[in-house]
Amino acid sequence: MNKEKETSYNSPSEFYNSKETIDGDIATINLGPTHPATHGIFQNILKVDGEKIISSEQTVGYIHRAFEKLAERRPYNQITPITDRLNYCSSPINNLGWHMTMEKLIQAEIPKRVDYMRVIIMELARIADHLICDSVIGVDTGALTSFFYPFQEREKIYELYEEICGARLTTNIGRIGGFERDFTPVFHTKLKSFLKTFPKAFGEWDSMLARNRIFMDRTRGTGPISPERALAYGLTGPNLRAAGVDYDVRVMHPYSSYEDFDFIIPVGVNGDTYDRWMVRQEEIRQSVRIIEQAYGNMPEGSYKADVPDFYLPDKAEVYNNMEALIYHFKIVMGEMEVPAGEVYHSVEGGNGELGYYLISDGGRTPYRLQFRRPCFIYYQAYPEMITGQTISDAVITLSSMNVIAGELDA
Amino acid sequence: MLNNEALLAQLEGLFTSNILSSEISFDMLTVEVPATSIHEIIAQLQKDENLSFGFLTLIGAVHYPDSTDREFAVVYHLDSWKNNVRLRLKVFLPLSNPSVDSITDLFPCANWMERESYDFFGVIFNNHPDLRRILNEDSMDYFPLRKEYALEDGTREDKDDRFFGRV
Repeated sequence: MNKEKETSYNSPSEFYNSKETIDGDIATINLGPTHPATHGIFQNILKVDGEKIISSEQTVGYIHRAFEKLAERRPYNQITPITDRLNYCSSPINNLGWHMTMEKLIQAEIPKRVDYMRVIIMELARIADHLICDSVIGVDTGALTSFFYPFQEREKIYELYEEICGARLTTNIGRIGGFERDFTPVFHTKLKSFLKTFPKAFGEWDSMLARNRIFMDRTRGTGPISPERALAYGLTGPNLRAAGVDYDVRVMHPYSSYEDFDFIIPVGVNGDTYDRWMVRQEEIRQSVRIIEQAYGNMPEGSYKADVPDFYLPDKAEVYNNMEALIYHFKIVMGEMEVPAGEVYHSVEGGNGELGYYLISDGGRTPYRLQFRRPCFIYYQAYPEMITGQTISDAVITLSSMNVIAGELDA
Repeated sequence: MLNNEALLAQLEGLFTSNILSSEISFDMLTVEVPATSIHEIIAQLQKDENLSFGFLTLIGAVHYPDSTDREFAVVYHLDSWKNNVRLRLKVFLPLSNPSVDSITDLFPCANWMERESYDFFGVIFNNHPDLRRILNEDSMDYFPLRKEYALEDGTREDKDDRFFGRV
């Protein structure tokens, strides 16, 4: 609620029904907090003249869950489930980003095979994330088919997650130091069949929208942003690249052996909804390329690093070996020895640069853990992007920016 | 391309007396600067053609209740895409006057990050266009990420700390 309303009216409904609002040229309406078109809990108080938006004021924080405070009371391996709930459309990226941050702090040597396994999983997560975002843009332009069509493919990705960690949405995938087991035979079968069938299904879906006249008319020139403003507002990920800036964490600050792979960073021109959609579509194709390369050149070796202080020992060892039992208890009770230090590590998340700023004082929990949540930072650009547009354009701009409520509000 | 050592040498040349301390750890250079000159330093880093720190990655605050007159740290992460190097700037503020100049005029994206630091730590950013709480409700009368606030709700009586090994 903004200030002028508070001073002159007793309640929002009184304001919305007032003579001034109804008879005047300028109307104030609420888009959200709960609105079927916003895909999450966001409130935007729009001032509109007819259907043109004049200004917008955002309210965030509806699902704030104090993750940064929670993290200060949790041992390091219990923080992974918190990261799931940031960008829940691509939680494996969040989990693995957190593991990599910890590995940077404890300076663990990670086997090449773990890197490649992580790349496969993170690119699958990126595909799943982009599939949802791009299909939702279809829904908001009136094409519900384009929403259901890719869900079959997304389901296959979720089945692959299940094969690795048993969970689907909030995955809690992997561990500090690697994975709990190697890829299972079922995983290999499912991944091979996914790589075989996905490009065809994706192509069919892509051709429904990519050159569709209605879709293009609806999305081109909608919610544009210039590269200068995009930089100033701290946009990252596909949104920034759609505006024409080729920044990608995977290339600029490579992690998890991304430097081994050959892939293209797609870049848009106008920074509008259509460009954002196109950049994501191309990124899906590039992700498939990366998975094929990583899966084809999978190095031999172990699926876990040699970090006994952090990686839970095998169950058979725990039952038969005194040292393993001690390590098991220390890790479960969160009594690992952690060096003091400050680490910033970032990964290319589904919607931008996802960073972890970790301060350790050597205690059992982080002294401070801050998440660089990409959509919290770039959502600030939204009012500028929709000013002068219509309300229905505001809706597709919001969905094309891939703002995830869980990540926005932490 | 610049490495951290070369970057530190350049910064020492530019801001001689303003560099209070510096450290290179975990592939990143950390430089502590006086709170009064942070705006000027970031403006210069942004404008400088060789350094061109044109991207603000993150602003966050940290609470150190035990260090007198340095209770709060505000940490800035900057990224120079031209040189592909990151830089961490730190300023320390006393509890009696936790205020520092806002850099929203240099980087519009600093707006919400500074509001978040205000919301959770009570750090005041001078000249900020709209310094209000952002994630917590406006009527809240404390700053929840300060160390003196326990995670659990202090008003609850059904939770006894002795039973959880925390006395």
